[in-house]
Amino acid sequence: MTVAKPLPHESAILHVTGAARYADDVPAPAGCLHLAFGVAEVAAGRLSALDVEAVRTAPGVVAVITPDDLDPMPDCSPSLHDEPLLCTGDVQYAGQPLYLVIATSHRAARRAARLHVAEVEEARPILTIDDALEAEAWFDGGPRVWSDGDVDAALANAPRTLSGTIEIGGQEHFYLEGQAALALPGEDGSCHVITSTQHPTEIQHKVADALGVPMHAVRSEVRRMGGGFGGKESQGNALAIACAVAADRTGRACRMRYDRDDDFVITGKRHDFRIGYDVGHDDDGRVLGVRFRHWVRCGWAQDLSLPVADRAMLHADNAYDIPAMRIESWRLRTNTQSATAFRGFGGPQGMLGIERVLDHVADAVGRDPLAVRRLNYYPDRRHDGRHDVGGDVRGDVVPTTHYGQPVDDFCLGALTDALAERCDYAHRRDAIRAANAGSDHILRGIALTPVKFGISFTLTHLNQAGALVHVYADGSIHLNHGGTEMGQGLHSKVAQIAAHRFGCDPARIRITATDTGKVPNTSATAASSGADLNGMAVANACDEIRNRIGAFLAERHQTTPDAVTFADDAVAVGGAEYPFHDADAQAYAARISLSATGFYATPDIRWDRDKGQGRPFYYYAYGASCSEVAVDRFTGEYRILRTDILHDAGNSLNPALDRGQIEGGFVQGAGWLTVEELVWDDRGRLRTHAPSTYKIPCASDVPPVFNVDLWDGSNRQDTIYRSKAVGEPPFMHGIGVFLALSDAVTQRTGRYAHLDAPATPERMLRALNGTS
Amino acid sequence: MEITFRLNGDDVTVATDDPTLTLLDWLREDRGLRGTKEGCNEGDCGACSVVVTSRDGVRALNACILFLPQLHGKVVRTVEGIAAPDGTLHPVQAAMVERHGSQCGFCTPGFVTTMAAAHLAGATDHADQVAGNLCRCTGYAPILAACVDAAEAPVPDHMHDEPPATPAMVGTGAFAPRDGNDLAEWYVDHPDATLVAGATDVGLWVTKQFRDLGDVAFLAGCEDLKVIEQDADVIRIGAMVDMERLRHAVAPLHPQFAEMLRRYGSVQVRNAATVGGNIANGSPIGDSPPPLIALGARLHLRRGGERRDIALEDFFLDYGRQDRRPGEFVEAVTIPRQPDRLHVAKLSKRFDQDISAVCGAFNLPTTDGVLSGVRVAFGGMAGVPKRARAVESALEGRALTADVLRAAADRFADDFQPLSDMRASAAYRLAACRGMLMRLGTGSARSVMDLDAAGVAR
Repeated sequence: MTVAKPLPHESAILHVTGAARYADDVPAPAGCLHLAFGVAEVAAGRLSALDVEAVRTAPGVVAVITPDDLDPMPDCSPSLHDEPLLCTGDVQYAGQPLYLVIATSHRAARRAARLHVAEVEEARPILTIDDALEAEAWFDGGPRVWSDGDVDAALANAPRTLSGTIEIGGQEHFYLEGQAALALPGEDGSCHVITSTQHPTEIQHKVADALGVPMHAVRSEVRRMGGGFGGKESQGNALAIACAVAADRTGRACRMRYDRDDDFVITGKRHDFRIGYDVGHDDDGRVLGVRFRHWVRCGWAQDLSLPVADRAMLHADNAYDIPAMRIESWRLRTNTQSATAFRGFGGPQGMLGIERVLDHVADAVGRDPLAVRRLNYYPDRRHDGRHDVGGDVRGDVVPTTHYGQPVDDFCLGALTDALAERCDYAHRRDAIRAANAGSDHILRGIALTPVKFGISFTLTHLNQAGALVHVYADGSIHLNHGGTEMGQGLHSKVAQIAAHRFGCDPARIRITATDTGKVPNTSATAASSGADLNGMAVANACDEIRNRIGAFLAERHQTTPDAVTFADDAVAVGGAEYPFHDADAQAYAARISLSATGFYATPDIRWDRDKGQGRPFYYYAYGASCSEVAVDRFTGEYRILRTDILHDAGNSLNPALDRGQIEGGFVQGAGWLTVEELVWDDRGRLRTHAPSTYKIPCASDVPPVFNVDLWDGSNRQDTIYRSKAVGEPPFMHGIGVFLALSDAVTQRTGRYAHLDAPATPERMLRALNGTS
Repeated sequence: MEITFRLNGDDVTVATDDPTLTLLDWLREDRGLRGTKEGCNEGDCGACSVVVTSRDGVRALNACILFLPQLHGKVVRTVEGIAAPDGTLHPVQAAMVERHGSQCGFCTPGFVTTMAAAHLAGATDHADQVAGNLCRCTGYAPILAACVDAAEAPVPDHMHDEPPATPAMVGTGAFAPRDGNDLAEWYVDHPDATLVAGATDVGLWVTKQFRDLGDVAFLAGCEDLKVIEQDADVIRIGAMVDMERLRHAVAPLHPQFAEMLRRYGSVQVRNAATVGGNIANGSPIGDSPPPLIALGARLHLRRGGERRDIALEDFFLDYGRQDRRPGEFVEAVTIPRQPDRLHVAKLSKRFDQDISAVCGAFNLPTTDGVLSGVRVAFGGMAGVPKRARAVESALEGRALTADVLRAAADRFADDFQPLSDMRASAAYRLAACRGMLMRLGTGSARSVMDLDAAGVAR
């Protein structure tokens, strides 16, 4: 048994000794050149002249590539072909690449990339949501609207209604390893690119397009990333293309990494949202209908904004069975970095919208928000491990979401009750209220919030994966799959799955760099899907080989293949037992193929995006968290005192790695809604472009009491070992911290806090002083 | 010039014409040691941390803003030199593996080196020790658990480094004075030169701004400027005293000053940054001037053989302009001995390791129940660190009551017209000043960060 064991990360020893190689650590051939972009300093206008003479003559500069040197202009977009590598005339945002410097060192390239003179007829940029609405600047042809039930009637007939708005800030990924790429020119127009990407196939595709060659001429490779979080799904395209083009022109290896400030200024971030809501409810807090408006700031290019905004809409119900809902989603084009994928992919913003609604309703009816949440939950479904055996007290009708998907695996009722009991929620909530009444200085707040997150790419065809497994005659196993390792432990889980299938010691298995030459047509490692998709593909490939070995040994031992067992690093058949490597050697000698590909496509999903109806998700992942905060009423400073999380990872493939995802996701989610604030000035220049000005949580921000447990339950769908995806869902446990801060303010002021995110100390003090 | 130091047990001599070559670039590009990572190139993320041993002791430093000449005569251990020569993992490495303290692994070399330095020094304030190391994956809990686990294990023998015999740095390209006299003589003749103390600010001039530093002097060898002396009247802090030593020196005298310094930068930054540098660069958001001004500190300046001393607040003339003549340098700062009545409040978005939006220091001595000799100074509220004279006068001669505090708090707007920037709005800065003063009236000026999980002050 290797599945379900808390084995360390496959690279843990390489990590701690500094031996793990990242893209910029790969030794380059002699003569390797280094690249940097010169970027626009204004957010909008017409580039009328670009003088790069001083750049060309700067020390160490080998060449400068300007837009005039590229015909056709390579495109970097993952979606709409709307992202020229270099600005072609209309400046779209402050930070947009204008030209490319090729130099003998990274420092020489960076230094030269500031020496241009750009003449720009500056125009008034579209920066804010209001600017974009006024200018009618949007993608997708206007708002996307999905409706379920008659919301107008529900609101008109509801005993009570309320309305509100919440502003939700964006978030910089701050992967510790910045974007990086290395291109090695090959023979006959081919190219080998080594990058830090979640999406090697897209790099391959975009580089091939840029070079004007078929995909077979480009090999795209990534061993590991130093963090991705969605920020390396599409944002590495520009570097890979730049390196490939420069390598093609110079005949020399070319590498590029963004300095941290450049990374902030050039690349996209989490979308910021404004969410407006009108809600109808009864006196108990039962929500009868909600009308949402999502205004999404997408930045200058479409990138992945449409599916991000879709996923926000798909999570506008979170855990709640709401009879009528209408969501209008505006995807606004602004002269800022093109917002992109970030852990949760719009889900967190959509979920925060409905959690704000529930919180607001609870305040209006004067009830504990947890009671109001429970009242509105979907009903739990019982199952016996394989089959649905009925619902809870609300009968046997399986409710559907606002997009028509049956919620047939809901477990949040029982999970929430278990968490509330474990963390002593009710008692602590009362104690906090009593303490606050007597405190003139420190105020405390608490919130317990649920997460229901849909698992699958909403673009259905992406839900596929491939694998390539080789068993060598010495019993060692080399495998590849389409997923990428960014720290989440995907390779560790996949190696455990392979060891489990072969019944062998996991030390026999080596997973090497993800490589488009090994496994083609891969999907991005995104949407939490890595282990679900690739784990299954690898299992299928392993089974193929195991079955060949099994059939061979069965024949030799005059028995049937099902009598051959693979366990304890050995193969047993007909009373004989062979060490695993011995069985492999025998199979080899008998001319049995010990190499196989594997493939997997998620079953049972379908999605009509135009109608907003279908079953986009194979299943849901669930969890709940309770956070308590303390706030200083004089300055607005605060800290998290305690967080308890109970999270559903199905049958965990590796409880230690899953716990790591839950803890890390929570802290990142809490950072999004508290200290992480992106500030653009009124000319559209990002003012928070380094860790000196943009603050991610540090070690002392971790709650001093931090209890994380896995929910004991298996996935009802037939996923790999009935595990559940765990990459994104825990991020949304950070919402509890935000609502706990809101709770503290509401208690102090006696009126609902209407807090916006991030709840920086400044926003907290404004809310406390009633000056927001 | 030729720079000699010991690297992971081997003596190395680097010949370079570039006095601003950083250790990080040299390690990765010239030496081929790519375990040390570049995360931010400005000393804020800790991914490039290395262990440096010198006569001053063992310390973690950020290699990205550490110029090679600063290392002359010292010992450096990078992540490649933390495991024993036979490959046995160091206790902090073993604990990081055991506790699942790495995910993507990119920050891990910096954590391992910082933790190894803390382990060697016997430090157990783990969250403070790693506050300068950012991790985006784990949420820190397993890393802190690994710190605790490793603390019990003995320090491996190979970690006990002795600095090599220190020959003078030879060659041209930079000046390395042996003492203050040496510096004074040279600086008069090179008044446009850049003086490099800890390089936590000057480093960014190079890595981010590509500034040409002109003539450069590295002051690390000026042992006489690193002295802390106390007598019955004053405590004298040499300009080259680093922030970590300052913190420990003031802890018994003015604990809130020390507590604020705990949050000044990170261990790596405090180990490098100097008192003289923090004052001389004249930043409006340097954190040491407000408490020093509130304590009535005097600044000691030297030009050639001439010395003078001025009240610290008089040094800061205007934004970017100080009362420092060409060729004159900061030699020391003296703090008058006094009973501790100092309250310090540092406000930032993130509590630890963040630059202040506002830093306030309130020195509130009382005589016969009334405030007497009040000094209030702020950073972040003007173009320079500045006293709040109107607030002081509203407090002076009165008893510390809620009404007096309220009346005084109203005067901040007379003292300050702060800016709005990415750290805070002008309105918030003023509201926070007010809150800091009003909080003194609750009798519990404790920070919210001092609370334990039960919400009780620790």
